[in-house]
Amino acid sequence: MQAIRRFEARLAILPGENIDTDQIIPARFLTTTQRAGLGRFCFADWRIDAAGNERADFPLHRPELRGAGVLLAGHNFGCGSSREHAPWALLDLGIQAVISTQIADIFRNNSLKNGLLPIVVSAADWQRLAAIESQKIVIDLERERVELPDGSLIGFQVEGFARQCLLRGVDQLGYLLAESAAIADFEATRAA
Amino acid sequence: MHSSPQPPASGPASRPQTTLDKIWNSHCVRAEQADAPAILYVDLHLVHEVTSPQAFSELRERGLPVRRPERTLVTLDHSTPTLPADSSGKLPYADAAAAEQVATLEANCAEFALTLHGFGSGSRGVVHVMGPELGATQPGMTIVCGDSHTATHGAFGALAFGIGTTEVGHVLATQSLLQRRPKSMALTVDGRLPAGVGAKDLILHIIGALGVDGGTSHVIEYRGEAIRALSMEARMTLCNMSIEAGARAGLVAPDTTTVEWLRGRPMAPQGKDFETAAVAWLALASDAGARFDREVRVDASQVRPTVTWGTNPGQVVAIDRAVPKATDAQSERALAYMGFRGGDPLVGQKVDVVFIGSCTNGRMSDLREAAGILRGRNVAPHIRMLIVPGSDAVKREAEAEGLDQIFRNAGAEWREPGCSMCIAMNGDRVAPGELCVSTSNRNFEGRQGPGARTVLASPATAAACAVAGFVADPRNYPPLQSTHTEQAA
Repeated sequence: MQAIRRFEARLAILPGENIDTDQIIPARFLTTTQRAGLGRFCFADWRIDAAGNERADFPLHRPELRGAGVLLAGHNFGCGSSREHAPWALLDLGIQAVISTQIADIFRNNSLKNGLLPIVVSAADWQRLAAIESQKIVIDLERERVELPDGSLIGFQVEGFARQCLLRGVDQLGYLLAESAAIADFEATRAA
Repeated sequence: MHSSPQPPASGPASRPQTTLDKIWNSHCVRAEQADAPAILYVDLHLVHEVTSPQAFSELRERGLPVRRPERTLVTLDHSTPTLPADSSGKLPYADAAAAEQVATLEANCAEFALTLHGFGSGSRGVVHVMGPELGATQPGMTIVCGDSHTATHGAFGALAFGIGTTEVGHVLATQSLLQRRPKSMALTVDGRLPAGVGAKDLILHIIGALGVDGGTSHVIEYRGEAIRALSMEARMTLCNMSIEAGARAGLVAPDTTTVEWLRGRPMAPQGKDFETAAVAWLALASDAGARFDREVRVDASQVRPTVTWGTNPGQVVAIDRAVPKATDAQSERALAYMGFRGGDPLVGQKVDVVFIGSCTNGRMSDLREAAGILRGRNVAPHIRMLIVPGSDAVKREAEAEGLDQIFRNAGAEWREPGCSMCIAMNGDRVAPGELCVSTSNRNFEGRQGPGARTVLASPATAAACAVAGFVADPRNYPPLQSTHTEQAA
């Protein structure tokens, strides 16, 4: 996995509370056995009309938001299913971070495992960001802050262990495998 | 319903413990630290075809085996057809991708030496129906699955939660997960549920009260008089939808109902071992005076047959009440999607499809509840009704009782086990614009097919709607006398 320290990206607002994973990637696209290439299904029913054309009313289709890398989403983003296809699809669509006042537990966990930054901010900071839609912001994971174009800052927190893994570009399975002996001891103790 | 924040639990090691504390503490390979999550041992890993292929690929790429095949229970449920194989044995998959996904799991089970409860095994089923009925789900266990409805197993006093595919790989390879300790919520349901009101009504009522984000980062322990009175099937329905309130998991402390339900199940301990296990299980109940991070109380007597009116499971209303008026952009959008007008009665809205099944309501008690209403009655002519048993075992038992005949006589389709219209991955779909009254767990936009509109309901409500042809109050459809034909069947 690629290390994430600091990046600049354009901010797009995805309005609406409780955007669920069935909207992020509808279930009919989950028959895949791959991780790659799911961006074309991301928000499929909001982005693409019945004839297969892009819908002009989808935020990321506005010319000034093309290529946006950060979604400023409504409260409780990512609720619903445990499908990791949701962060896979968002990343494949070019999204590097989601900012909301609350992000659902499983989606947040899945995002951290894949280098999609889930960032929780206060309602006031959400409004500050909403005021600068389509501008570029800097997300600094090392300092845990968002840098706004006017130089002001918004702090955030990412769970410490996941953050270290992202900063170093290592996945968590290696850490668990290194604990194999402790796991074996635990199994032996319980069997006794 | 009211909520009161509690001061954080602290004090000496001998302080009273919650069920969650007891399970958590006994499964830490490494305790949680400031800079590292706990390493939590997983007793039972449930695997299905949708969220596992990329995890098996990861193991293959790294040359890793499955650490504990005997703790890995595998089945096929999401992408599987609910129509039987044709005369040549060919299953009617929705498309090539669904067939390939099933074949991939079959191949992965062969490669990694896992037992697959697949087609022809006689024990295949929706993963959260199958685990309990085999007795694989037991009190005090940690149970995970790449599926958010894993909380179902919490009904047995297990800590059971959904994980993503990366974590499925972690569990396959190490039988462990990196986890921060969740917060605890005591949700006490005082009193008794009124007659004709069941677990589905109760959980919809609870989600409506908590909100779809109200349980975030918490494990809910359902407790109180009304919970103790629930059967195991009802407790599964209740715990199943904990995720719909945003909770990490939901659980009910084990009691004699739990113990008696598990007795004699094939994967449960047998004989003297069972009695020993039962003593340990009953000791898992939260200690008197145990502190929860949050406490919520619900009055059971206030719960009515409850359904959803909108596009998330927190948008609920008692069936005999009007659809609420829009209060914000979200409810306005939901009403527009559903084609409902705030202030109009929900009863009387025309229904196109009725679905009974899923990990929420695909068990024998659910089918009996529906059959009680459908016996001697007919499904309205314009309604398409699918009844999908939760597992091979449920299907066998229902057929032995003659429930399939009651359903067929009423004009419903009796299908093979699977997730079916709950997630609409297998070709069982609701057409755009159609209204489906469904015993499943999610009414999100497009959940049952693009443009499909979903009203979540109990099996009784769903059956009443099928007979009426429109949204109907199940209390107006009392059981009829059994007919001679059905007694013979």
